[in-house]
Amino acid sequence: MNNSKDRNYLPKNYQELLAKYRKVPPVLLDTNHPASPRRSALATGLEVYTGEWGDVQKLHLLRRTLFGTRQSDLQALSGLDVSQAVDLLLTKGDVTLPVNNYNDPENGVVDPEIAFGETWVNAAHGDEYEGPRTNSLKGWLIKNMLNQDTTLEEKMLLFWHNLLPIQTWGVFYAKLSYRYFEMLRRNLFGNFKTMIKELTLDPAMLLYLNGTFNNKEAPDENYGRELQELFCIGKGPNANFTEEDVQSAARVLTGWVVRWEEFEESGILPSYFYSPFHETGNKQFSAFYGNRVILGRTGEAGAEELDELLDMIFDNNETALYLCRRLYQFFVYPEIDDAAESQVIAPLADILRTNDYEVKPVLEALFKSAHFHDEANRGAIIKSPSEYILGLWRTLEVEGVNAEDLLLGYTQHNSFLWNMANLGMEIGDPPSVSGWPAYYQMPSYDKYWLTTDTIANRAIASDSLVYWGFWIKEGIQIPADLIKFISGLNHPEDPNQMLRESSRLLLGMELETEMLDNLKSILLSGQQTDSYWSTAWGELMENPEDDEYRMVVENRLKPTFQHLLQLGEAQLM
Amino acid sequence: MRRRSFLRHVSHSLAVPGVLGAMGFRMPGPNSLTSLLRMAADTDRVLVMIFLEGGNDGLNTIIPMDQLSALNKVRPHVIMPENKLLTLSDADVAFHPSFDGLKSLYEENRFQVIQNVGYPQQNYSHFRSTDIWMSASDSNELVNSGWTGRFLSDSYPGYPESFPNVDMTDPLSIEIGYGSSLLFQGPQSSMSMVISDPDFFYDLIENEEREVPDTPAGEKLKYVRLIAKQSQQYGEVVKTAASKVKNQATYPQTYIAQQLKIVSRLIAGGLRTPLYMVRLGGFDTHDAQVEGSDHTKGEHATLLKDLNDGIMAFMKDLEMQGTDDKVIGQTFSEFGRRIVSNASLGTDHGAAAPMFFFGNAVMGGVTGTNPTISSNSKYDDNLEWEFDFRQIYASVLEQWLGAPSTQDFLFGDFETVSIIGEREKTLAAQSPEGRGLLVYPNPLNGRATIQVDTVAEPVAIDLIDISGKHIESIYRGSISKDQQIDWETYQLRPGKYFVTVRGQHTRRVFPVVKVGY
Repeated sequence: MNNSKDRNYLPKNYQELLAKYRKVPPVLLDTNHPASPRRSALATGLEVYTGEWGDVQKLHLLRRTLFGTRQSDLQALSGLDVSQAVDLLLTKGDVTLPVNNYNDPENGVVDPEIAFGETWVNAAHGDEYEGPRTNSLKGWLIKNMLNQDTTLEEKMLLFWHNLLPIQTWGVFYAKLSYRYFEMLRRNLFGNFKTMIKELTLDPAMLLYLNGTFNNKEAPDENYGRELQELFCIGKGPNANFTEEDVQSAARVLTGWVVRWEEFEESGILPSYFYSPFHETGNKQFSAFYGNRVILGRTGEAGAEELDELLDMIFDNNETALYLCRRLYQFFVYPEIDDAAESQVIAPLADILRTNDYEVKPVLEALFKSAHFHDEANRGAIIKSPSEYILGLWRTLEVEGVNAEDLLLGYTQHNSFLWNMANLGMEIGDPPSVSGWPAYYQMPSYDKYWLTTDTIANRAIASDSLVYWGFWIKEGIQIPADLIKFISGLNHPEDPNQMLRESSRLLLGMELETEMLDNLKSILLSGQQTDSYWSTAWGELMENPEDDEYRMVVENRLKPTFQHLLQLGEAQLM
Repeated sequence: MRRRSFLRHVSHSLAVPGVLGAMGFRMPGPNSLTSLLRMAADTDRVLVMIFLEGGNDGLNTIIPMDQLSALNKVRPHVIMPENKLLTLSDADVAFHPSFDGLKSLYEENRFQVIQNVGYPQQNYSHFRSTDIWMSASDSNELVNSGWTGRFLSDSYPGYPESFPNVDMTDPLSIEIGYGSSLLFQGPQSSMSMVISDPDFFYDLIENEEREVPDTPAGEKLKYVRLIAKQSQQYGEVVKTAASKVKNQATYPQTYIAQQLKIVSRLIAGGLRTPLYMVRLGGFDTHDAQVEGSDHTKGEHATLLKDLNDGIMAFMKDLEMQGTDDKVIGQTFSEFGRRIVSNASLGTDHGAAAPMFFFGNAVMGGVTGTNPTISSNSKYDDNLEWEFDFRQIYASVLEQWLGAPSTQDFLFGDFETVSIIGEREKTLAAQSPEGRGLLVYPNPLNGRATIQVDTVAEPVAIDLIDISGKHIESIYRGSISKDQQIDWETYQLRPGKYFVTVRGQHTRRVFPVVKVGY
């Protein structure tokens, strides 16, 4: 689906640069997994959830909306009811600009244009420096995920990136990829139609799906097709758009190009409508769109055809249904049965249309609903690599490298990047324009994430955090400070409560008593008296600087958390 | 407090323990150096460690008969009636009445008691003392790896990245119990496969799946466990070994016996894992150690009976499987208990205590002397140690596991005691492989002799260093009859080396050490 057209802006040694900077070649996971048996229909719908509202219920909401749950996230919901909690989650914060944090004179990397510490988001095309800039962008995305507040913002950004993707290595122009993510972020709780219009004109997208090469002499249907098939209408049973519709949409879109003459200059690269490339004939659409005809326009007026095209697509019922289905699959459960379709998807689509495609009211209704909070949905999704890796890091309160050291920060966030890439999820570069298969590929869906290799690599990640440290670079490995982590819990001194609290933060399911007892027997080194733990903990708290007390506690916590994190439940959310 | 700095060293590659029966990871092997080193370490011998969790009361397990009157005075709440004790004909100690089977083993020289094992500056915390025993550290020293972990890490370089491989397909060590213990923690990663409990083992070998809730999450959990099981690097070899053994002796339905039953099955099934650890918990007998009306009953008596019956069934099974010559067992506990008993019919945390060895290969007898108990013992008096526990580790490493030197694993030189019978000891000292190649004297001191048994093909005899680098070509050609080759080592720098005999079908390795002057 990628273009075969000449991308002569790419450096001549593009392939070499990819090999140099893209440390992990794309990992394509085997999708041959057994289908889940159909689950029985849930009785719940969009009515506001009024059931029990304790830690278990709050953590379900937090797991699905954040990357891992921290004790502080739970505390942020303290005193809030369901509705207030969701309102909090739907707030937005600010993020700083990505900067040159990749200059590494020792290794011969010195960006000639952008000084160390300065942002590169307006930089002219940097040829080979697009490699480190792209990694800087990806690391920045990961940093924002790690530093997220108790809000949906970062997870929602991932939702849109997956639904409306570009591949940053394909674009290979970091400031354009940055603009694309900035556009997603600006609209992430906003208006879907506005988002799609901006996406259509987004320079990175115009490059990625060839829009800028689509002209009346040589039409390119790539974007015209995906606009309908993947972004708006989908492939549902009633998504009956035709090949003619694809062609007609592509003809409407002719003339929208990036401003090549400014392509290599610094500043924001605009896209614009270049009328000589526009196909001025009438565009006929199929019965699916009510046999609509978009009248061809000449000159600058040709640009107006795009609005008409989007009006037509957004007038179609399937568009609202499609977005709501994708939200449901991403946040609730990957399979949509008839009950969910009628009790959740259809009413959500009504809300979306009633609100002129404003997304926030839909998110409010979904996350406040009895259906979302239905017990049957708890723990029923396998964590993605980002939820697993970043979640471990966040939940265990691991402090990364010194934030002042930009280069080390770059290295650290790239370590996460490649670690997750090894697990099948390279942020910024989904495997195709369809996004990651785990979010759409029936019948395996989220099972896609797990293979014998990836599950072992996940275990390596958790073991490394517990024992010898998460690998950042040669000589720098960062272990979790388990003592600090459990210090933040309500009852670190009580082995039963400490394990219950820890397991709730880290696992997707409630552990049975027997399992908790097994964990406790590790914690107690086989002793049968709870107070041995309480004593050891108390001694450390009274003598926090004492190495011996510290090691006694650490030597109990390490195997306990190793076992805890290797439980199957740790893969669920 | 000393913290050994090298232990802060961390691996530069993402390494992994093969733990939990759940996870582990694969990497392509083999690595020729690794395989050579493995051969050097491979002794075909097995050590089974039984961890008596909680602190075993040595004074009520092995009773110094010459101290009975003082004992009666200072530990009246728990003292054994003299007429129930199992006395020995050749030593002035008696066994607890629960040790009837072990007494018969003793009489056959297959059970050995080592008295008064402990360490200077006894720590009375279960946790800390367990860590000391497992890490083999000084009492005031913090070490976060285990002595067997360090031994295995040294014997099998490249673990876990290049394991399993064609030369070592099996786990380096297996422990039964939840979580991986400090004992098998190497400098960089855990060296053990953990079988969390006997049920897990039977789930694994019988392909059973644990129950999951009948919910969508339960369905996903089942899937995760399935993939985790498939990823378990040692799952198949353990299963294959277990499936080769159809019949075993009858074992009691106790936790310790069921663990030993699994160990015996894996050994008989051909697993070449040299080290196992099983656990028997509950020795923390602060109260109800004995029944007030009958001191031969109570928690301690039950524990010792479980231990006795478990070991006896294990020994019988080893004989039945024909593996009895290659297995020895060893008990350890984090401490003994107080000399003076308490009014709750129990004893509190103490210091030195006996260790036991069992197996056809052990020397037998009672090593050490009876402690002297003062009839004026005060409540906080403790038994003095006669043997540092690291002397015992050094002995088993040297005499049974064929370790060329024990200093690296124990952080010091410890005088050994005899725990292995003479015949066995000679074999161990000769060659780790026990056949075909012998280099002496070792450590090398200049002129050495390489003794090679007949080989059916032309071979190369070489010297390689510990990193696998070729140092010297010693001999090329055929060895048509047993042959002695003179070899000069004056120029050789001090260090550890391997003499290798290699042909198309031949690989023999002998570890040698050149010491400095």
